[in-house]
Amino acid sequence: MSEGYLVDLALVLSAVLFAIGVGGVLLRRNAIIVFMCVELMLNAVNLSFVAFSRVHGIDGQIVVFFVISVAAAEAAVGLALILAIFRHYQSVDLELFRRLRW
Amino acid sequence: MSEAYHPILPALILGLPLLGAALNGIGAFAWRENKTVPTIVGPLAVLGAFVVCLLNFAAMRAAAPHDPSLVPLWTWMRSGQLEIGVTLLFDQLSVLMTLIVTGVGGIIHVYSVGYMREDPGYSRYFSYLNLFIFFMLLLVLGANYPLMFVGWEGVGLCSYLLIGFWYENREFSDAGKKAFIVNRIGDIGFLIAMFLLFGVFGTLDMPTIFERAPTTLLAGGAVVTAITLFLFLGCVGKSAQIPLFVWLPDAMAGPTPVSALIHAATMVTAGVYLVARSGVLFALAPFTQAIVASVGVGTALFAASIAVQQYDIKKVLAYSTISQLGYMFVAVGVGAYTAGIFHLMTHAFFKALLFLGAGAVIHAMHHAWDESGDHGDPNDMRNYGGLRRLMPITAATMWIGTLAISGVFPFAGFFSKDEIIWEAGVRGYAVLWGTALIVALLTAGYMTRLMVMTFHGDNRSFAKVGGGEAGANRSGESARGRLHEVPPVMWVPLAILAALSAVGGWVQIPEVLPLPNLDLLHSWLEPVFAPAVDVASAASGAAAGGAHGEGMAHEAPLGGGEAFWAVMGTVLAILTIIVVFRRLSRRRYLPAAESSEPRGAASLLYHKWYVDELYDRLIVRPLLALWRGCWRIVDDRLIDGAVNGLGGVARVVGWTGSQLQTGRVSTYLLVFMIGVLIILGSLAF
Repeated sequence: MSEGYLVDLALVLSAVLFAIGVGGVLLRRNAIIVFMCVELMLNAVNLSFVAFSRVHGIDGQIVVFFVISVAAAEAAVGLALILAIFRHYQSVDLELFRRLRW
Repeated sequence: MSEAYHPILPALILGLPLLGAALNGIGAFAWRENKTVPTIVGPLAVLGAFVVCLLNFAAMRAAAPHDPSLVPLWTWMRSGQLEIGVTLLFDQLSVLMTLIVTGVGGIIHVYSVGYMREDPGYSRYFSYLNLFIFFMLLLVLGANYPLMFVGWEGVGLCSYLLIGFWYENREFSDAGKKAFIVNRIGDIGFLIAMFLLFGVFGTLDMPTIFERAPTTLLAGGAVVTAITLFLFLGCVGKSAQIPLFVWLPDAMAGPTPVSALIHAATMVTAGVYLVARSGVLFALAPFTQAIVASVGVGTALFAASIAVQQYDIKKVLAYSTISQLGYMFVAVGVGAYTAGIFHLMTHAFFKALLFLGAGAVIHAMHHAWDESGDHGDPNDMRNYGGLRRLMPITAATMWIGTLAISGVFPFAGFFSKDEIIWEAGVRGYAVLWGTALIVALLTAGYMTRLMVMTFHGDNRSFAKVGGGEAGANRSGESARGRLHEVPPVMWVPLAILAALSAVGGWVQIPEVLPLPNLDLLHSWLEPVFAPAVDVASAASGAAAGGAHGEGMAHEAPLGGGEAFWAVMGTVLAILTIIVVFRRLSRRRYLPAAESSEPRGAASLLYHKWYVDELYDRLIVRPLLALWRGCWRIVDDRLIDGAVNGLGGVARVVGWTGSQLQTGRVSTYLLVFMIGVLIILGSLAF
C-alpha cells in the first residue's frame, strides 16, 4: 500500500467525519450531541492536517496541537454554557432555546 | 478764509446718551422703584449732549470751515479693499441736526418726566429714549454709509421698543412689529444702494463718494439712478411715504412723548436727511429726483386728506406728520435742500409741540377719568371739547403750533413752507406747486378741526347721567373740575417749543418781504449743499446750453412774484382757519361712545382710503397663504415626508432583515454553512 493511498484514505475519512459532524450540528436538537458533533468536525480537520503533514512537512502536526488545546478551552466554555442553559430551561433541547434574536 | 475748526469733545456727544441709556437700563433691573435716578440721568444725558453740540455750533460759526471735519475714532472693519471706520462727520448740516435732535430731544425728555412719572417702566422708558438719542446722533454724524446704517437701524430698534412699550397690550406690540417689518422693506433698499456704491467707488466714505461722484458717474445714467432709487426706498420706509407709510399711524400706540420725539421730530426725518446728505448723488439723477418729489407731494396730499376725518387726536397728528414729511421730500426732490432741512427744523419744533400738547390733553383726560370713574378712549377728540378754559396753557401753546403748521405769518411754518412751495413753483413744477398749496390749506383745515374739537365748544368728557361707578346721579359738571392743567414740568417744555415754533422761522426771511433780511440758514448750509447745487446747475446748464440757473423762472406757475405768493399763502391759511373754525364751532359733536361712523365720502377718509385693508388683501394675506402653503406642503409634506420616509424605509429594511433571525440555532448554523460553502465555492472556481 503506497503512502499516497493512505493519505487519500485518511482525507476521505476526514471528509466523512466532517460531514457527519455538520449533519449532526444541523439536525440534532440535543445541545450535548450538537456539541459533540462540533468536536467531531474539529477532529476531522485535525485528521486531515496530520494526513497532509505526511506530504507537506511537520507544520500540519504543530497546528493540530494548537487545535486540540483551543478545542479544550472551547469545550470548557461550551459545556459551561450548556450547563447554564440546562439550569434555566431544565432541558438541553435547542428548540426550546429560541431567544437568540432581536 | 477760515481758521481751522476742531470738533469739541465729539465722543461726548455720543457718549452721554449712551451712558444714560446704560445707567437707566441697569436701573430698570437694579432699582425698579427708584424714580430719582432716571429723572436725573435721562434728561441730563441729552441736555449735556445738547450743551456740547451748542459749543460745536459756536466753534463752527466762528471758524466757518468750508470742508467737513472728520473725527476717526477707530477702525470698525477692514477686509481687502473695504475699510470702514467709526468716523464722525462734522459739517454745518450734521451739527444743525445734532442741535435739533438733542435740543428737541432734551425738551421732550424733561416733559417725559411728568408724563411717564407713574409708569412702572419709568427707568426702562428713559433707557430706550436715551438709546434712541444715541443712535439718532450716530445716524446724523456717521461719516460713512454703514455707520449711518447702524444709526438708521438703531433708531428703528428704539422705535420698535417704544411703540411696543406697553407690550402687555397685544395691539400695541403688534404695532411695534408692524413698524419694524415695514421698515425692513425700506432697509433692503438702503443695503442694495450701499452694495452698488461700494461696487462703483470701492469705498463707502461719504466725503470721498461725493467728491468723486460727479466725475465717476454719468449724470442721469442708470447706475446713479439705481443707487439713488434704492437709497430713496430706504427713505420711503423710514420717513413713512407712500407706499410704506402705514406703520406710522399705528406707531401712535407708543407713549405720546415718543410719538413727539421719534415719530414726528427726529427719526422719521432721517429719510429727508439722507436725501439731503446724498444731495450730490441725487442731483446726478434727475429721474430719481422727479420720483422723490412726486412721492413727496402725493404723500402730502394723501395723508392730509386722511387727517381731515380722523377722530383720534394722535392719528390726526400722525397723518399730519406724514403729510409734512411729504413737503420735505418735495423740497429735496426739486433740489431745494436747504428748504427741506428748514422745514425739517421748523416741523421738529411745531410738531413736537403739537404732540406734547396732545399728550398733555390725554394725560389730563386719563387722570380726570381715573378719579371720576368715567372711562372711554382718552385719545378720541369726540370725548374732549371746551378744554381751553380748563387747560389754558396747553390750549394757547397748541394754537401757536397750529398757526405754525398752517403757515401763518410770522410763525415758523410760514417761512419754511412758503420757501418749499416757492422753490417748487420757481423751478417750473406747476403740479407740485399747485398740490403743495392745496395741501397747505388742508393742513390749516384739519388742524383747526383738531383745535375746535379739543379746546372749543362744550365739554363732552363726562357722562351727563351715571357714567361711572360712583356717578349714578352726578351730572358731568361736578367731575369737570378734575380736568385741569398739567404740571409745570410738562407745560414749560410746551412753552419753550411754542416760543421756538413762533420765532424759529426767522432764521431765513425771504429778501422780498419788507422785513429785516435774515439769511442765516442758507449761508450756514451753503458749504454742505454747494457741490450738489453745482452738479444740478451744471446738468441744467448743459441741457439748456445756457449759463447757471437760467432755467429758473422768477414767477410762480400762475404768475405773481415771491412776495405775492408769500402773502397769499398766509391769507389763504388764515381764511381757511376762520372758515373751518366758524363752521365746526356750530357743529355739535357727540362723545365717541354715542356717535356713529361717518358715511359717504367721509367714511372713505375715516377708513384711511382702506389702504391697510388693501395691503392686507394684496400683500399680507397672499404672503400668509403662501407661507401657510409652505408650512403645510413644503414643511409638513416634503421635508417631514422625506424624514419620515427615510425612517420608514429603514424600518421596513430592518423588519425584513429581522425575519432572518428566527432564534433557532439550527437556522443560524444552516445559513452559516451555506455561507461557508459559497465562499469555498468561489475560492475553488
